[in-house]
Parts: sequence; structure tokens; C-alpha cells
Amino acid sequence: MRFWTYSVNEYLFLIAAVFSGLLAVAIFCFLLFFGLPLLQSGQLADLLFSSWAPDKGLYGIYPMLIISLTLATLSMLISFPVSLGCSFVITSLAPVRLRRILLAIIRVMTGIPTVVYSFAALFLLVPIMRNLVGHGSGMSILTAAPVLALVIAPTMILFFVDSLNKVSSSFTLAVDALGGSEIQKLLYVILPLAWPGIVNGVLLGFGRAMGDTMVSLMLAGNSTAVPESMTESARTLTAHIALVMAFDFDSMEFKSIFVCGLFLYILTAALMLLFRMSTVYFSERT
Amino acid sequence: MMEKLFEKSVVVLSWIAGLLLISSLLLLIAYLVYKGGSSLRLSLIFGDTAPIDALMLKRQVFDGLLPAIAGTLLLIIGSMLIAIPVGVAAGIYMAEYCRGTMKALLNLAFDILAGVPSIIVGLAGLLLTIFLNRKFQGQISTCLLISCFSLASLVLPYIIRTTQTALEAVDPIVRKTAPVLGASRLQNITMVLLPNSVSDIISGVILATGRCAEDTAVIMLTGAVATAGIPRSVFDQYEALPFYIYYISSQYTGPDELAQGFGAAIILLILCTGLLVSTLWIQRRLSTILLYR
Repeated sequence: MRFWTYSVNEYLFLIAAVFSGLLAVAIFCFLLFFGLPLLQSGQLADLLFSSWAPDKGLYGIYPMLIISLTLATLSMLISFPVSLGCSFVITSLAPVRLRRILLAIIRVMTGIPTVVYSFAALFLLVPIMRNLVGHGSGMSILTAAPVLALVIAPTMILFFVDSLNKVSSSFTLAVDALGGSEIQKLLYVILPLAWPGIVNGVLLGFGRAMGDTMVSLMLAGNSTAVPESMTESARTLTAHIALVMAFDFDSMEFKSIFVCGLFLYILTAALMLLFRMSTVYFSERT
Repeated sequence: MMEKLFEKSVVVLSWIAGLLLISSLLLLIAYLVYKGGSSLRLSLIFGDTAPIDALMLKRQVFDGLLPAIAGTLLLIIGSMLIAIPVGVAAGIYMAEYCRGTMKALLNLAFDILAGVPSIIVGLAGLLLTIFLNRKFQGQISTCLLISCFSLASLVLPYIIRTTQTALEAVDPIVRKTAPVLGASRLQNITMVLLPNSVSDIISGVILATGRCAEDTAVIMLTGAVATAGIPRSVFDQYEALPFYIYYISSQYTGPDELAQGFGAAIILLILCTGLLVSTLWIQRRLSTILLYR
């Protein structure tokens, strides 16, 4: 930290870094600044736990909060086993040449736009769901969950593959020497050693699932009521924010958006913190 | 015996998982091509206007995708003009200068920024606009510049991280050679460390470009609209491919518009996956090209 010996260029580096760091703070401050009047009025509990009924003066975000958590959990339940299976195939089950191809495909999949997934699903999956359920528009939590699972799977797979591959070869060679098969090596040696990485991948995937907007906005139906079943239309926090333009800028509806924003920000920041802490914790132990 | 069964079933289930993922990808692509393949003609982009006139900006394109494509390209260029210099500079600072508490704090800030959902970044951009609007008596509304700035803050942490890790991964022997020969710290960075890690940095930048191209949540709050034409200045509203796809999905009036939506989806898909494929290629080739030119 010898600031006084820096040249002009080095000051520019410093300014760029501090500026970027402050962006994270600035976003939080903006949300807080606009949401503060609402928070100060002591209605926080009301906001968090009442339902959304603007005509009755209720601006609670409870339904969206629950839906966001449900949708993220449900898509994780679908995505986690599939991703783990894929990472098994890529790290040890497939022939070496196929592994490379599969890994390249998964890499490219991370770049497929979410809006393209949702657009295709809207005309492919929604009619199927409509017929299966028999009533409603076909847009529901159950429609959005598998698409969201597909969106977050590549990230999780890459993370899993990375942590499975990191296991030291002194362990894996020992298994080979003992005559263990590939799957035995994977299940009894690599997986127990790599599980911190698996946990981190899940945290990362959950964060992405909570933060995704387009899938739930286009496929979940956006009804503000608390749905009674998985097959009913519902609205997530992110979709609720995305629909902000429909509101007047001075209305209560608009102000309640910031509480959604603050909640999402704090949640994803906490997930990130947990992710970093567990990375540090596990890397110190091994 | 039980263990044998368990192992076998894990193998079978893993292969099923792999097949499931690959087949859903193939299904997606096949469905898009089946629905939108027929609309992939020059008129999809230029509408009824002659391509030359449209490209020379002589005439506006009304029923083609040109304004949306131009909007997306301008978004990419604008946000990268902001994000690359700031991100690379910050990455250099993080890797070469930053130590101790400062490093921990900045690391935490970048982690949080990377985790913030894009819709929140968009909301912050909208709030900034409202703030500026009140300050300057309604002269600033949502526009291309605000979107570029928001998208840049969305991808900054990626660029910083890739620059930082690329610089930190430079071989210690290479790192120490130039200073021993009398090079200053800055000379060492610009002449040795950066050229050595350029392929990693470029692929990080391309990944960030892909995120700019695909992101819908940010731009829908900060100035993308359904019809605007090609923007004349950075203070104009604009059209963009992802927003167009979203708009068509809820507002289409007939099969023609729908086919156009599928065409737009195919173009966006090709753009984004093309960017990713190029990173895979760069990581393999660029280091060789730079070493043996």
C-alpha cells in the first residue's frame, strides 16, 4: 500500500478498481435511497408478509417471495441430479474423445440466451402443459421449473466437472492400482473428496435460479395471487420488478418494487458470501 | 451385490441425464429451425426496403429486424467501450498492486456485483435515470447510454476476474525476468504480463460480450422499446434483438410476426453461440499465434 510512489497510470488502475467496487455499493444505495421512505414508515413486516392487493391498500410481496423460493428450489431439484449425472459422464464415464466434445457443447450451452429458451418453451411446452392440466393458460410454476433447470444446468455442470477434476491424481492412481473400476473410483474416492465443490456449485446455481427474470416472466403466468397448486399461474420477485414499467413512478406499487430489489440483492449477496466462505474454509482444511 | 447394483444404476442414470440434456438442446434447436427456418431470408432483416438503402441509412426499415440488430450491436459496442478499459485496469490493479484489507474488500465487492441479478442492475439503471431526470428537469430519459452503462456494470466483474486470474497465472519465472533486467513495474505489466495473458483476457471479454448481447432484463428497464428505428444518438431509445423476441412472445398479431420472432431467436442464438465458440477457438489458437508469429 505505497500510494505515494504510484505513477499516473497506476493511479488510473486504482481508480478503475475502486470505481468498480463502489458500483456494488452504489446499486445497494440506490435501492435503499428510493425504498427508505417505505422502510421508515414501519410497514416492513406488512410488506413482507401481506398479500398483493393494491385495491385494498395491501402491497405485500409475500406471494412473490414464496414463488421465487419455490421455483428456484423446484428447478434445483430437477437440475441437480441431471447436472451431477452429466458431470459424471464428462469426467469419467464417457470415452476420452466424447468427453471433450460434451464439455465443449456444455460450454457453448452457457451462452444460449435465456430469452431464446423461454421463447421456444412458450410455444412448445406451454401448449403441452395446457393439455395436461386441462384448464388455465398452461403457464405455471411447473412449466417454468424445467426450463429454468435447463438454463442453470450448464453452469453447475462446468463447476462440478471442475471440482471433480481437481481431485489429486495420487488418490485416483491408487484406485487404478487396486483394480477399481471408473465408477468405483468416482463414487468412493473422487466424490467424497470433491463434495465441497459440489456444494459451491449448488449455491451458485441457486443464486442464478433466484435471479433469473425471463423464464419466470414469460412462462410462469405472472398472476399475483398465492397459487394453490404448482399448476397455477404465479409471479416471481424478478418478474414483479420487470413489470415495474406498468406502474406510476410515484405510486405505492412502484415503491414496493424497491423492497423486492433490496431483498433479492441481500439474498444473492448472502449466497455469494456463503460461497466464498465455504471455498476458503474447505481450501484451508485440505 | 447391493453395491454392484448401486454402481450400475448410477452409471445408467448418469448416461440418461447426459442424454436428457443433449436431447433437450437438440429439441430446442430443431424446433427453432423448424418454426423460423423459412423466415430466414434477406427480407427478415431488411423488410421491404432495399438492403443498400437501409444500410446507408437512407430509408428507415419498418418491418425488418435491422433496427433491432443495429441496436444490439450498438449496445455491445457501447458497453464494451466502457467495460473493457475499466475492467482491465481494475484487473491489473487487483493482480499487481492490491494487497491486504483493500484486496479482501474489493474482492467481496466484485463477488457481490457478479452475483447481483441482472434485473436489479436494470432497476438501478432505471433509478439512476429517474434521479438524473429530476436533477436536470426532464432532459434525460431512459436511453442507449444508460443501458450501456448498466450492461457494463453487469459484465465488469467478469472482465476484472478474468484479467486478474490471467495475470496471476503468469509463470513466476517470466514474471521476474523483466524487473531483474531493469524494467519498471509498469513496463513489466504492459510488455510482459499482459501479452502473456492476452488470450485469456480476450476470451473473458468475448464471454462478457455474449452476456451483453443476450441480456433482456437490464435493457427492458433502461430504454429498449418495440419500435424506435436505428438510434441517431446515445440519448435515443432503441430496439434490441432480445427485447424484440420478448415483445413478440406477448404481442404477436399473426403467424408472420411469429415467424419473424423465431427468425430473431435464431439470429440471436447464432450470435451468442458464435461468440462462445470463438472463445474456445481463441484459447486454443491465439497463444500459439502470438508465440510463433
